[in-house]
Amino acid sequence: MTEQETMTAPGGLIEEIPVQDLLPRVIEKKIANWRLCQICAVTLQGLYELSYSFADGYEFHTLRLVIGSDEEVPSISQVYDCAFLYENEMRELFGVHIQHIAPDMQDKLYRIDTKTPFAEKRRG
Amino acid sequence: MAKQTVVPFGPQHPVLPEPIHLDLVLEDETVVEAVPSIGYVHRGLEKLVEKKDFNEMVYVAERICGICSFMHGMGYCEAVEHIMHVDVPARAKYLRTLWCEMSRLHSHLLWLGLLADAFGFESLFMQSWRMREKILDMFEASTGGRVIFSVNRIGGVLKDIPPEMLRDFLKRFDDMGADLRRLTRTFLDDYSVNERLRDVGFLTKEQALSLGAVGPMLRASGVCYDVRKTGYAAYGDLEVEPVVSTIGDSYARCQVRIGELFQSLDLIRQVGEKMPTGPIAVPVKGNPEGEFFMRCEQPRGEAVYYVRANGTKNLDRMRVRTPTFANIPAMLQTLKGSQLADVPLLILTIDPCISCTER
Amino acid sequence: MAKLNRSPWLLHYDGSSCNGCDIEVLACLTPVYDVERFGVVNTGNPLHADILLITGGINSQNQAVVQQIYSQMPNPKVVVAVGACACTGGIFKECYNIHGGVDTTIPVDIYVPGCAARPESIIDGVVKAVGVFQEKYEKYVSENKERKRSS
Repeated sequence: MTEQETMTAPGGLIEEIPVQDLLPRVIEKKIANWRLCQICAVTLQGLYELSYSFADGYEFHTLRLVIGSDEEVPSISQVYDCAFLYENEMRELFGVHIQHIAPDMQDKLYRIDTKTPFAEKRRG
Repeated sequence: MAKQTVVPFGPQHPVLPEPIHLDLVLEDETVVEAVPSIGYVHRGLEKLVEKKDFNEMVYVAERICGICSFMHGMGYCEAVEHIMHVDVPARAKYLRTLWCEMSRLHSHLLWLGLLADAFGFESLFMQSWRMREKILDMFEASTGGRVIFSVNRIGGVLKDIPPEMLRDFLKRFDDMGADLRRLTRTFLDDYSVNERLRDVGFLTKEQALSLGAVGPMLRASGVCYDVRKTGYAAYGDLEVEPVVSTIGDSYARCQVRIGELFQSLDLIRQVGEKMPTGPIAVPVKGNPEGEFFMRCEQPRGEAVYYVRANGTKNLDRMRVRTPTFANIPAMLQTLKGSQLADVPLLILTIDPCISCTER
Repeated sequence: MAKLNRSPWLLHYDGSSCNGCDIEVLACLTPVYDVERFGVVNTGNPLHADILLITGGINSQNQAVVQQIYSQMPNPKVVVAVGACACTGGIFKECYNIHGGVDTTIPVDIYVPGCAARPESIIDGVVKAVGVFQEKYEKYVSENKERKRSS
């Protein structure tokens, strides 16, 4: 399948990129008028997998970052205003170190008692 | 410069069915900024993947929200079915599509009633909820439940609709068309509704796209995007034309949702004509391994279901990005520059579902 | 069912409910189920309310809100917990952000089970609440008479 065909297939294309490529790739998407669809995080053994999904028409493209639990990630809220909700949520629930989120809700988006509940897994 | 005051709005408010808190920064009566404060409905249900296995998570997914319940269950099931390469039978897909469109009808009628009630238009609230009861009767007859049905499972659906029942439903939907037209025309033509909704809460096409708006919020600003065109469930066999407006104000958002009511009636008729025979589920063995992003068109807009599995019976992650979560930045934008008296109406025109947002 | 001279006013508040029970509560107030035929009226103001219908579990964000609404309601008052989540926490009991049912925060008089609770059960709960309200009202009136006599 070509890249174009994969992006329109169900589930879209998932592409892993290094952290330093995040902002340049996101700015490319913004210039090409892609819509920010969602951002989510998954906790794996000592690592975080962050997925930034964009949509253009019916094409769906996810940029994937795999980072260590102490690594820092730049915020994309200066490029996409609506990213602040997703990034505040990731920081509050997962403990992902995201720098310069605008606006920064200081871990008070959900105002929960438990600190970073998703940062570790408990098998039950 | 006028003096700024901060007025708290919510979490308990006669117009809001759900708790959300907004700090409205006002200059005289004009809203300069709205700062949201959520978390009242946050349960943290996505972490239940560690305690419940992937089959039981269908029940948790359904209870993210009672209004959008069916499609949450279906979106989750379709994501897992894609990971496990399950071939869902055609009849199950059509049944899912029928229940999806019925969910859309009941959700939009619910929204119309709540919006009318916020105007003080109580009789219209009662009429639209009475019409909604007819749809809930059909849900109860076919699934056993009125709001939470528990009829989705990985591999298909749990209950079938016999042909006589389906014929009866189609007849009832045909009869509903005329009543709906009368009800919606009363709403759209009313003088106060026009005065309060027209030219209020503008969202341009560029703003809608850059703020990540979805669903009727996006379509009312001129973007022709409806996830049903990607062909999930049985939508690939049906003719779906997105209902779009180019005006971008609150009235346009109402018109789009009301247009979708009639579109759902048409889609239900198409499903009735094309419903195939056959099994309603296939057995599914083993555990899922892999990941998938599933997108569905909920009544409030595009919902993204991300499931990641590792070969055991407990998933690594189930993440639901609900439409209202995506619409909140756009809602905050429409509140800027509005009058204090318009705030409850503007919030209702995005059709908020806070329990979906906060999970 | 007790016969009342005055019609109690209902206040509905959503704790951390999924909305299922909330829309069934609203469905009780609309045609077909219509709880107003028993003389109860829905209000949005805690200071006017006699019966509090709560749906959904309690978490730390809404605990203070629920306590404030309860304290704002004048005596006598009755609390009805509608739905499995309000009774015990329901399917979300094991979630990190849910403390449990409504009785972890305020005293509950009537528990209505179900997920989502059906309108018939909710009306049954409201009718029983009207009976409990009548008892509390008579007790409140007689205690006030005693207090006036002794002062």
